[in-house]
Amino acid sequence: MTEAKERIEDIVRKNEVVLFMKGTPLFPQCGFSSRAVAILERLGANYESVDVLQDPEIRQTIKEFSDWPTIPQLYVKGEFVGGSDIMMEMFENGELQELVGAAAE
Amino acid sequence: MGMSADEIERLIREAIPDAEVAITDLAGDGDHYAAKVVSPAFKDMPRVKQHQKVYAALGGRMGGELHALQLQTAAPQETERD
Repeated sequence: MTEAKERIEDIVRKNEVVLFMKGTPLFPQCGFSSRAVAILERLGANYESVDVLQDPEIRQTIKEFSDWPTIPQLYVKGEFVGGSDIMMEMFENGELQELVGAAAE
Repeated sequence: MGMSADEIERLIREAIPDAEVAITDLAGDGDHYAAKVVSPAFKDMPRVKQHQKVYAALGGRMGGELHALQLQTAAPQETERD
């Protein structure tokens, strides 16, 4: 478990924008992950994705790491931003564009 | 197996007594809901913390027993913008 936590820390440190999701951006395996991908694509964000279905340890540990019970989960600059509902809300009010845009600079 | 809308509402109200809770059953299958929770307790609280408070109220059922709950939270005055 500690090892998985270290891997997550490493992933969010090395990638400015990273989405923990079910499936891949091309083949999302859940409606919520699909929605999260669609938002990031719409923003033209340069992001990394982690398929938690390929990695049961990450899948379990990310929930404890973020204190968040569901997937997808978005991290920007090492900070947990939220799940797909929060992403949608922030997309609609322009906050997400600002956040992701700032990360890309 | 899912949960009933009443059960979800009851758990949220138990944990956040002053909350206004509106639950919508999205698919009619007892498994896909949308919840809007408005409470003065959310004032000046970051959105992630607001959602975490609701998830805590559901006591670990979120992501398990309860697969899909679209969540929208706000403090009372914020909703007036809608």
